[in-house]
Amino acid sequence: MCFSSKTAQFHNLQELRHSASLVTKVFVQRDYSEGTVCRFQTKFPSELDNRIERTLLEETVKTLNSYYVEAEKIGGQSYLEGCLACATAYIVFLCMETRYEKVLKKISGYIKEQNEKIYAPRGLLLTDPTDRGMRVTETRDECKSVTQRQGRSSSRHSDFLCVFVLFCSFTPVTELSK
Amino acid sequence: MITRKVRKWEKLPGKNTFCCDGRVMMARQKGVFYLTLFLIVGTCSLFFAFECPYLAVHLSPAIPVFAALLFLFVIAMLLRTSFSDPGVLPRALPEEATFIEMEIEAANGNVPAGQRPPPRIRNVQINNQIVKLKYCYTCKIFRPPRASHCSICDNCVDRFDHHCPWVGNCVGKRNYRYFYMFTLSLSLLTIYIFTFDIVHVSTVLEVLVCFFTLWSVVGLTGFHTYLISLNQTTNEDIKGSWSGKNRVQNPYSHKNIFKNCCEVLCGPAFPSVLDRRGLMQEDSPASSTSAAPSSSSSSNPMSQTMKTTAPLIPNEHTPDDAKPSIAASAEKSDSPKEEDPPTPQPWVALIKLI
Repeated sequence: MCFSSKTAQFHNLQELRHSASLVTKVFVQRDYSEGTVCRFQTKFPSELDNRIERTLLEETVKTLNSYYVEAEKIGGQSYLEGCLACATAYIVFLCMETRYEKVLKKISGYIKEQNEKIYAPRGLLLTDPTDRGMRVTETRDECKSVTQRQGRSSSRHSDFLCVFVLFCSFTPVTELSK
Repeated sequence: MITRKVRKWEKLPGKNTFCCDGRVMMARQKGVFYLTLFLIVGTCSLFFAFECPYLAVHLSPAIPVFAALLFLFVIAMLLRTSFSDPGVLPRALPEEATFIEMEIEAANGNVPAGQRPPPRIRNVQINNQIVKLKYCYTCKIFRPPRASHCSICDNCVDRFDHHCPWVGNCVGKRNYRYFYMFTLSLSLLTIYIFTFDIVHVSTVLEVLVCFFTLWSVVGLTGFHTYLISLNQTTNEDIKGSWSGKNRVQNPYSHKNIFKNCCEVLCGPAFPSVLDRRGLMQEDSPASSTSAAPSSSSSSNPMSQTMKTTAPLIPNEHTPDDAKPSIAASAEKSDSPKEEDPPTPQPWVALIKLI
């Protein structure tokens, strides 16, 4: 996950995302202590010491981790999904959303909500780990907002509050862009 | 400067080919995959054309019906394995690569001039075992546990099993279960056809193809069943990651065959993190006839579409690790490679398999 802080005023999150800026990115790495399940470290990056309260970030990361646990849970529902899909030669996956995808959408909504309520007012922006290949979450700090539009490829990572919390599959690197 | 929208797959680094506007993702060499398709479709066509009329009349009409269903399942599994993203890890964007580079430099401290810097390895503890994460010089990331870099596709793949020329793709986290179902169903189909071929021999070619396929595919299925029960990948098995007295025990195994099988075959269906069909803007230089002056924003070094070379990191080759040797078995086995020079022709892999 990346956190980025922005000193200039912004009207909404969308403007924040599209503004090019000198951003510092802080990355939150993945936590592999429990295997290859997607989990991010709750260790607080020192770069964000005076930007955001420790408990808020920890709470965000813990909630994200719990979402990923829910997505990767192997239980009755995942067996049913797997068996049904196998019986239909996995054609059913072309028509319906998997449980994992549903949880990823929930995570996306949660990150957006967190950005609106907590991080954007502090000039930070948290990036969805899915955009970083689940390797890291970045928090981006946008130092100045400039309305010039860069190529989408560059604004992609600047928009993200990189908190690379690499979820699940990778090395958790959460980026925090400052 | 003309800005146009392109799909992200058009700018992905690596040596994959994409079809259907990014919906299909395969390796570059597809010759052996076409051979696989030809053999399966050809043999089954002979079976349906010459055997089935006799079997339907003299034994039961259910026999060809079941064979047809099994054949369709095999083709579906093959196409699913071949066309899906195996679990490719996107390369690090420049900021991430720089961040990792800075961490490495901080960890290494000052290396005296003339001395080689220490290898880029990160130790993590997984289920009370120390696992080493290696740094990928191509992708500029520390590979997650069980990930490996496929030199043929030039991508890091999560839970990399092997690169299979027969399906024309890598086998990794996202498509391993489809690959296993393909080999299993193909074994059943081969046994089924072979049995009825013996009962009523109509085409010798069919018998021969089935006979040779039987040994290889059934053996491969058995091998992968063994791997699944231990929650191991082909890559780990060939490198001997978890075998031997002084080696770390497999930290991913649940020590229970049923649980291991459930996790591998009935685990969650992981979505692709590549976002192949997402749109991005690409700046291209305006044509010489254009009257509008071009504001020169030069080819953006931050562009994630280019082959990422972070400015601080030289392009080094990884040290020569113990290269996996080809599994010496009579069965068809695919050759897992790690950071080897890419195989130029699919026939090289084919020759190695025989």
